[in-house]
Amino acid sequence: MTTKHITRKATRHVNQNEGLIFEKSSPGKAAWKLPPLDVPEVDPAKLLGKQERKDLGNMPEVSEIEIIRHFTRLSTWNYAIDLGMYPLGSCTMKYNPRVNEFVARVEGLANGHPYQAEKISQGALQIMKTLSDCLLEITGMDAITLQPAAGAQGELTGLLMVRAYHESQGNARKKILIPDSAHGTNPATAATVGYAVENLKSNDRGMVDVAALAAQMNEEVAALMVTNPNTLGVFEQEIHKIADLMHAKGGLLYMDGANMNALVGKARPGDFGVDVMHLNLHKTFSTPHGGGGPGSGPVAVKKILSPFLPTPVVITKPDGTLGFEYNRPQSVGRVRAFYGNFGMFIRALAYIFANGPDGLRQTTEDAVLNANYIRKGLEGVYDLPYSTPSMHEVVFSDKVQSKKGVKTMDLAKRLIDYGFHPYTTAFPLIVPGALMIEPTESEPKEELDLFIEAMKSIAEEVEEDPQFVLDAPHNTRISRLDETAAARKPVLRWKPEQE
Amino acid sequence: MRYLPKSPADRAAMQQAIGIRSIDDLFSPIPAEYRLTRDLAIPRQMAESEIIDWFKQRAKENGEGYASFLGAGAYAHYRPVVIDALVQRGEFLTSYTPYQAEFAQGTLQAIFEFQTMVSELTGMDLANASMYDGSTAAAEAVMMAVRVTGKNSAVVARNLHPEYREVLTTYAMHQEIPLTTVAYTDSGQIDLQELEKAMGDDTACVLIQSPNFFGTIEDVEAIADIAHKHGGLLIVSIAEAVSLGVVEPPRAADIVAMEAQSFGVPLGFGGPYCGVLATKDKFVRQMPGRLAGQTVDKNGKRGFVLTLATREQHIRREKATSNICTNQALVALMVNIFMTVYGKVGLRELAKQNLAKTAYAAGQFGKQSKVLFAGAPRFNEFVVQTTEDPRAINSRLLEHKIVGGFPLRKFYPELGHAALWCCTELTTRSMIDKAIDIAAGPGAEGERSVRSLNNPEPEEVAR
Repeated sequence: MTTKHITRKATRHVNQNEGLIFEKSSPGKAAWKLPPLDVPEVDPAKLLGKQERKDLGNMPEVSEIEIIRHFTRLSTWNYAIDLGMYPLGSCTMKYNPRVNEFVARVEGLANGHPYQAEKISQGALQIMKTLSDCLLEITGMDAITLQPAAGAQGELTGLLMVRAYHESQGNARKKILIPDSAHGTNPATAATVGYAVENLKSNDRGMVDVAALAAQMNEEVAALMVTNPNTLGVFEQEIHKIADLMHAKGGLLYMDGANMNALVGKARPGDFGVDVMHLNLHKTFSTPHGGGGPGSGPVAVKKILSPFLPTPVVITKPDGTLGFEYNRPQSVGRVRAFYGNFGMFIRALAYIFANGPDGLRQTTEDAVLNANYIRKGLEGVYDLPYSTPSMHEVVFSDKVQSKKGVKTMDLAKRLIDYGFHPYTTAFPLIVPGALMIEPTESEPKEELDLFIEAMKSIAEEVEEDPQFVLDAPHNTRISRLDETAAARKPVLRWKPEQE
Repeated sequence: MRYLPKSPADRAAMQQAIGIRSIDDLFSPIPAEYRLTRDLAIPRQMAESEIIDWFKQRAKENGEGYASFLGAGAYAHYRPVVIDALVQRGEFLTSYTPYQAEFAQGTLQAIFEFQTMVSELTGMDLANASMYDGSTAAAEAVMMAVRVTGKNSAVVARNLHPEYREVLTTYAMHQEIPLTTVAYTDSGQIDLQELEKAMGDDTACVLIQSPNFFGTIEDVEAIADIAHKHGGLLIVSIAEAVSLGVVEPPRAADIVAMEAQSFGVPLGFGGPYCGVLATKDKFVRQMPGRLAGQTVDKNGKRGFVLTLATREQHIRREKATSNICTNQALVALMVNIFMTVYGKVGLRELAKQNLAKTAYAAGQFGKQSKVLFAGAPRFNEFVVQTTEDPRAINSRLLEHKIVGGFPLRKFYPELGHAALWCCTELTTRSMIDKAIDIAAGPGAEGERSVRSLNNPEPEEVAR
């Protein structure tokens, strides 16, 4: 490789090898110390009889410094937003403010028990109420539940409410329409709620084909699930026509709020005809992804759906204090024990406070500005399958590079060598070989310029030496892993060698 | 706005590069009538110090500094300091699901270790990378049993956490999985005769909790025999993970659906927590949720990847084993670190302390009230039946900054004036003695003066 492709962002650096924790274990080492018992000791054999456990198998025995080093070493093998741009499309990897973590750990909030009396839960209830009010204002909806644990559970909750609504009208209906550009959770959720899924084709601009929708919409359709902006990063310009078509035949419009980062403070789904939607606090509202969770997926609805919200619902009682209301006969029931991922509510609300109305609007504008800056910078280098204007993310394809045998995943792996996390690969499904790029508002111009430079450099490498790109990544601790072997003969836990 | 890394000059330069005159040009795809032309009516932008003050104020209104005897699916255990020190490392906190394995080995190896330790502790062959919580894990386990057996109904113990049962009801409704509930006996354990009667040709599984909602340990083997005899699976829900340190794990179960909150996860008013499913090797392909597996790179070096993804929604869409996408990775990491800190010996010692505190408290309570379900072993919870309404007892305790047991009337009206009390290693003897003294009510030693001021009830009410 010529020196011109040396990346400016990343460099090689020594990092530590580290085995599995079980390989460091030996009897007698310990990282714990309990205070002396202030009650009489008990004999477990006497209390538990044959239910007493005598052996904890291969659980480790290690000291505290080994634990600190173990997990610190592991952490250094990860990429993270804190290290740089993380342009995963539709995942909204934005900065996770540290004050969020601080306030979530304040004593009294972190230690609150879900069943403590309402009288001494006013603080937690106030947080839930304030966050609910803010989210309702941001979405333009009428009522909300914070209970769902993640976006996919939000979808489930939303569709349960759709179904309950139709049942209350005398007919549950049979199917859910889902555009071919949708996230995989949408059809999986519809199936869970007992609905058949009917695909809706996108038009040549990457949007819902309104004529096709008109033809497919009938009294058997319970709802249409749209993502807006959709997974191409394109705003559904005819959204109100879509809503009217649904409503005219008694159907509902569900919006997947995964891409709400393009709209906050600029447009409200409640204003353009959406009946029910979920939000992802871990995307739009800055709660950390934490390597894959926890998420939080509040569901906001129009008034017609509010009787069906999961129980309990936060209410203001006649004496002015807050409380939980359980007696809601039309409710779809509970989707999770307790009240949802409360720790995420704290973080999301801290984010909203830090921004205020002006900050949220500027955030959305910067997110859209960043995506369009990347689009401009890479247009002509990578194929742009849809020229429709982009909002907060842009989707290219590997059409040009795949002629040399280099696919989107190969380009993504090479991007790792340049010090960036890959974009989302091979999604949405309507774009063969997609490169889905969402920079979010958190990137300075310098980082975007480095990204554009890296992507251009990789495109040149494909022309000069495609095999070099196919063999990427070159600078990571490990090279590409054998995923086929992992799936064919799964090794899902460690076992001692003698076994 | 302090999180936004751009100067006005940067924005101007970028707009120029794109070829727009104003940022509004980029929002022109949104029809004008839907563009918001006013400020959102939300609180104004706040300084970091103001944000902290606001939340500290809320914390003061939220039981800060109260001693508590609540369990019932959410347990107060000590959280070693190293947990938060490590999970707040940005490389864990601010990374995504480890789909790009070369760049995420830290998270992947941690998940692999988590899966290993959960398997060891539950006595199962394998475990997944986590589920939302114990309640959804139990519901997903039932749907998994339906797929495994090809049968379509489920039998559920009435002493399974009532909110878990509610969640299952919600999930099962549109899967058309009929649910039958089986009562408990005088020992607080599931009624085996009723269970036998409830089993049918179409029973995919029996779902129990052990230790159950009353804190009583179930005879898992006997229940497994009944389930298996009828061709169904046994699912055991474990809400109090610390019990696994000293209580024999449900090795006879086919699926364990656990809530691992007890392992180093803050109570946090109910979440986020850490569900997890563990099962036998032969059922792995029907398991929902993410799985990390060991493999090698092209140089033969050990590494870890997310595997068996063909079960999941992003590949299978409507034919997936579940719609679950997000798991609870960061919370699972807390659990992982907790398990590592206590390890093989510490977990047992920790569990023994829970056992000792609870034995003491139940013994003391037994002197003045009836402790129910004494006929079976228990871990760290017990049911106290009183003549006085436990809600009245609890409001008296609250005045002393003590949160009493969980009143059971809402879910188990047949138990009368009963409450579920919990002790952990954090419960002190003096706390127990004080709570029992106050619970005893008017007339109890040392409580006379307080009672006469605040509570006009006659003495005999509490006795």
